[in-house]
Amino acid sequence: MQIVVNGKKEEVGERTTVASLLKEKKIMMEMVAVELNGTVLPRSRYAETSLKEGDRVEFLYYMGGG
Amino acid sequence: MLRIREGCYQFMIQDAFRRFPNEACGILAGKDGLARTFFAMKNTDESPLSYLMDPKEQFHVMKHIREGNEEMLAIYHSHVASPAYPSSKDVQLAFYPDVYYVLISLQDRSRPVAKAYRIQEGHVREEPFKVIPEESR
Repeated sequence: MQIVVNGKKEEVGERTTVASLLKEKKIMMEMVAVELNGTVLPRSRYAETSLKEGDRVEFLYYMGGG
Repeated sequence: MLRIREGCYQFMIQDAFRRFPNEACGILAGKDGLARTFFAMKNTDESPLSYLMDPKEQFHVMKHIREGNEEMLAIYHSHVASPAYPSSKDVQLAFYPDVYYVLISLQDRSRPVAKAYRIQEGHVREEPFKVIPEESR
């Protein structure tokens, strides 16, 4: 199925979750915030949230420091 | 080399002063290594010792940058009482190896210091940058 990740179309498997998408991209969940179809998703829901055709996923790394 | 439009650079310096005594933070965007847009970002820590951007605001700004066919070129923040050099926390939280990290030190408020760095896999490397007058390309 096709989804949009950070503005770019991507083909992913039918059973892809937010957590598996991040894992596939070798991104540690602790480092990123994820938005799904315009709503920020709590990290606790990454594993249970399955992606659907046409979903728009945005992720970005936290920006901070001292 | 990172190039920053003078107006953008001045906004950034003013932003650091405006938010003193807390740390200020923001994003510089542009094209072809020339930063021409400055986004002042909320420091959710509201602290003189640290900064953390609000992810909701980050999403909004990142989409805005993309829709304007620009890219994020630099992440900036201020140090209010220490030199313009990345702290250990800055290095630990530097997740964007391909952007510049710009630091403004207000340690001496009569003479703010700006420096740019790349932070890659824990290694800090100072990079030269140039402020470009508004009328030139």
